[in-house]
Amino acid sequence: MSEIPLTHILFLSTGLFFIGVYGLFTRRNMITMLMSVELMLNSVNINFVAFNKYLYPEKLDGIFFTIFVITIAAAEAAVAIAIIINLYRSHHSIDVEDASEMKY
Amino acid sequence: MSHPIYIVLIPLIPLVCFLVLGIFGRKYFTNSAGIFGTLGLLTSTLFSLSTAYEYFFVSGKLNGVFQKIEVLKFTWLEFSPGVSIDLGILIDPITVMMLVVVSFVSLMVHLFSLGYMKGETRFATYYAFLGLFTFSMLGLVLSSNIFQIYLFWELVGVSSFLLIGFYFEKPSAVAASKKAFIVTRFADLGFLIGILVLSFYSHTLDFGVLIERLTTAGSPYLNTINAASFLGVSALTWGLLLVFMGGAGKSAMFPLHIWLPDAMEGPTPVSALIHAATMVVAGVFLVARLFPVFALSDPAALQVVMYTGAFSAFFAAVIACTQTDIKRVLAYSTMSQIGYMMFALGVSKYNGEEGLGYMGSMFHLFTHAFFKSLLFLGAGAVIHMVHSNEMKDMGGLRKLMPITHISFLIACLAIAGIPPFSGFFSKEEILMASFESNKLIYAVALLTSGLTAFYMFRLYYSIFWSKPTDSHHGHHGEGTLTMKIPLVLLAVLAIVAGFVPISSWITADGNAIHSSIPITFSILPVSLAVIGILLATRLFKTENELPQRIAIQMGGLYKAASRKFYIDEVYLFITKKVLFNLIGKPAAWFDKNIVDGFMNLLAKLTAGLSELIKGYQSGKVQDYALYFFGGITGLIIAFIYLWK
Repeated sequence: MSEIPLTHILFLSTGLFFIGVYGLFTRRNMITMLMSVELMLNSVNINFVAFNKYLYPEKLDGIFFTIFVITIAAAEAAVAIAIIINLYRSHHSIDVEDASEMKY
Repeated sequence: MSHPIYIVLIPLIPLVCFLVLGIFGRKYFTNSAGIFGTLGLLTSTLFSLSTAYEYFFVSGKLNGVFQKIEVLKFTWLEFSPGVSIDLGILIDPITVMMLVVVSFVSLMVHLFSLGYMKGETRFATYYAFLGLFTFSMLGLVLSSNIFQIYLFWELVGVSSFLLIGFYFEKPSAVAASKKAFIVTRFADLGFLIGILVLSFYSHTLDFGVLIERLTTAGSPYLNTINAASFLGVSALTWGLLLVFMGGAGKSAMFPLHIWLPDAMEGPTPVSALIHAATMVVAGVFLVARLFPVFALSDPAALQVVMYTGAFSAFFAAVIACTQTDIKRVLAYSTMSQIGYMMFALGVSKYNGEEGLGYMGSMFHLFTHAFFKSLLFLGAGAVIHMVHSNEMKDMGGLRKLMPITHISFLIACLAIAGIPPFSGFFSKEEILMASFESNKLIYAVALLTSGLTAFYMFRLYYSIFWSKPTDSHHGHHGEGTLTMKIPLVLLAVLAIVAGFVPISSWITADGNAIHSSIPITFSILPVSLAVIGILLATRLFKTENELPQRIAIQMGGLYKAASRKFYIDEVYLFITKKVLFNLIGKPAAWFDKNIVDGFMNLLAKLTAGLSELIKGYQSGKVQDYALYFFGGITGLIIAFIYLWK
């Protein structure tokens, strides 16, 4: 059985990344935006694992980085949710369009 | 001098009074401020008297000549090694005399004010200001260098400003205090430049060194300052004239005299202290302090002093004959007498018997301080009773206020130069000095002396005679005991001060002057004074039509004199029409249109630019994320394709 070429995996991660970017720019709900950010992070994780596997199969550096990214993503989610809760308390909404006091 | 400490205390005690009363006065000393200040001054006066005793009788002389003694000196501001401003205390005959005069008159005024200012809401503040003034004036006379004297000079100006404007609810008092401050400040500008010129060329600020360097014939300093010239006048003359300008401002010499009559808006005891006896003679003191330089190195500058003094003396005497506000009469009389002191310095020379004018000037300063402060305090007592400054509201007061009446009469006789009152002696010295040196000045002095007798007795009769006694209903009598004591003490001094042997104590070069004035010389001035008095008696002793008719006959001259020769109007014309329209308005236009315009243009450009780009700060998180992302993409493209 022939191996799946690297390009296939890169297509997958690039698609995943731009789906995340699109979600981040178009969704107004902060929870959905947070989920989009997670998608972007995961596409990076896929890249790490794939390159590790195809270029340096004897090493584990890419895998380690993936674990770091997952940890940071968890921490980031906690912070983001704290912000979201505070935003909800002050604005009774988690729509980012409603929080525009800091404009000119 | 055995102990410099207690000389330092002389000015410091009033300073402490000022600080204590100024900070705590209104809370803790509402009624006792007067006692506090008076006791402080009493201590200062005692120290001054003992200093004078010790200087004149014990330690002042060396080989029969009075020395300048520097009792204290320390560096205050050091700019670089060798360039520093020092503070110090210099004791010489004029300093000692001024110490006694200032502290004694100040004590009298403190005492008098106990009754006069009783019940004022700002009683403690008043005494605090008096303390500040006394401190500055004592510091001024003790100064050992020209910069230090300038510091105290300005302090004196500030305290004068505060005291003239003491009744700050009255717009006229506010205007008067501003006027006094601005006019004297303007003169002080000249003083400062003069200080810079003199010290630049002599490389020192210290009086002793400066005088020595600028009077020793052939010294390099004297040569350079004489060689340097500006507009055809040597730098030395410029320096001395500018210093004299400062002195003329403080001493109300023509044409810088305009503030003095208005300064009478202050409380009357203040006028007695500041605008009669002490501060206004600061200019005379300053010229006397630098007298060796004037007399030995630059007779031309001394000539200016002489003519300015003589003209002011005569000019003020003429105006004084026409004024109806009693304090203004006294103000012009002060100006006239200070003119006497100035031209006496002007006619004097430095050495030995020829220094008669200098001695006469200091002698007159000494006697004038007593009889003029007596006149002002007497006027204060009258105003306290009548509640008016105008002559027409007075008259016939001699029975109601006998002590004031007698002491006022003594002071009038003293200022008129009737023997054996003090003014006679000092005036004779001045007349003698001017007779020997310049006949024109002598004639002016004689005429002024006659006029002085005339206007003083016009004042005296208008206040105390003129009308029947019962036209007043004095509701609180002559005033308190504390108001009478200073009058009596000063009256005694106005009689006996002439017998103080000033001629052997205070001379230009420290040697005693032994010349006596022949009795025949005195006949002319005294008879002129008597004529003046008789004329005033005829015109003003009883109310009659004569003065009115004479005034009408004099026509324009009388009117011009009563309007003070329109000097104020001339100043207003110069400042408002000339300075304001020709310099002020173009400058304001330039400021508004060019300077402000440039700044406004910058501001408009910034505003326009920010108007253009402010839309980018939309307040939407996703817009910012988009810019961020766009920026990153742009950077990546740049790095990959352009970074070569």
